[in-house]
Amino acid sequence: MAARVRYDEVGVGTEIPSREFTVKRVDLLRFCGACSDYTMTHWNERVAKAVGLPDVIAHGTFTIAEAVRVVTDWVGDPGALVEYSVRRFSHPVVVPDDDEGARLDVRGRIEKKLDDNQVVVRLSASSGGREVMSGARAVVRLA
Amino acid sequence: MALNHDFVGRTHKPTEIYEVSREKIRDYALATGDTHPAYLDPEAAKELGYPDVIAPPSFAVMLFFRFGGWPLYDPEFGKKKEPVCVHRAQRTTHRRPIQPGDRLVQTTTVDDMRVLGEHEQWTMTHTIDTVDGEHVCTVVNTILSRGTAAPGEG
Repeated sequence: MAARVRYDEVGVGTEIPSREFTVKRVDLLRFCGACSDYTMTHWNERVAKAVGLPDVIAHGTFTIAEAVRVVTDWVGDPGALVEYSVRRFSHPVVVPDDDEGARLDVRGRIEKKLDDNQVVVRLSASSGGREVMSGARAVVRLA
Repeated sequence: MALNHDFVGRTHKPTEIYEVSREKIRDYALATGDTHPAYLDPEAAKELGYPDVIAPPSFAVMLFFRFGGWPLYDPEFGKKKEPVCVHRAQRTTHRRPIQPGDRLVQTTTVDDMRVLGEHEQWTMTHTIDTVDGEHVCTVVNTILSRGTAAPGEG
């Protein structure tokens, strides 16, 4: 493995480059197909509204996958990622049927240094002004 | 309770083999919009020290639905088509990246079921190993079944 960030160059509180993602309906359709999860709230506005959601929502699985990219892109080697977790998908990423889509803003900050060159990155992600994940973290092995 | 809480502690028999291919990794990576060269280009992956491309970390999560989504569709489990479930929590732990040629099997255990006000939730652990017994990844999913708890429970 070849992480390009060195363990001894980072400390608790170090911020990693933030990123903004755009999520459109077609992105959710692609993800439905790629992971065989065709739950109707991810593509059908009628069903989403019938169950009390404001509109179609992104898969939690998709949201955390996007968030983790700020970590894998930062270290340069996606195989250096040891673990990622979210304690609660606290608010859905609502994806309107328009040309702009939803915005997902992701930030990360080193929360803890572990043994074996590993660090814990605390992730936060917001969409529409609300945090969409609480207790999201990634563990990554640095060089 | 709409769901059958007797499922706590139950383990589904290991799934059939899922054979990982470069093309599926490519399709999955493009579907997430993540075009990191380690997923797409074997030469780039070799520069990082891998024998071939690797799968994105979230690839392992995809196996749940590919393997039939147990216990979601087990009639005895009690999950109905509506109301729909929502994803509440997830943890994915890798021993190593998933690679083309991996022949994976998944074993799922229901660890916990509980009532949360008007809702119910369950947590399951998916253990992903190669057919030869090498442990590759563990995925833990917590799913919330909205509004299915009987009034007064929890």
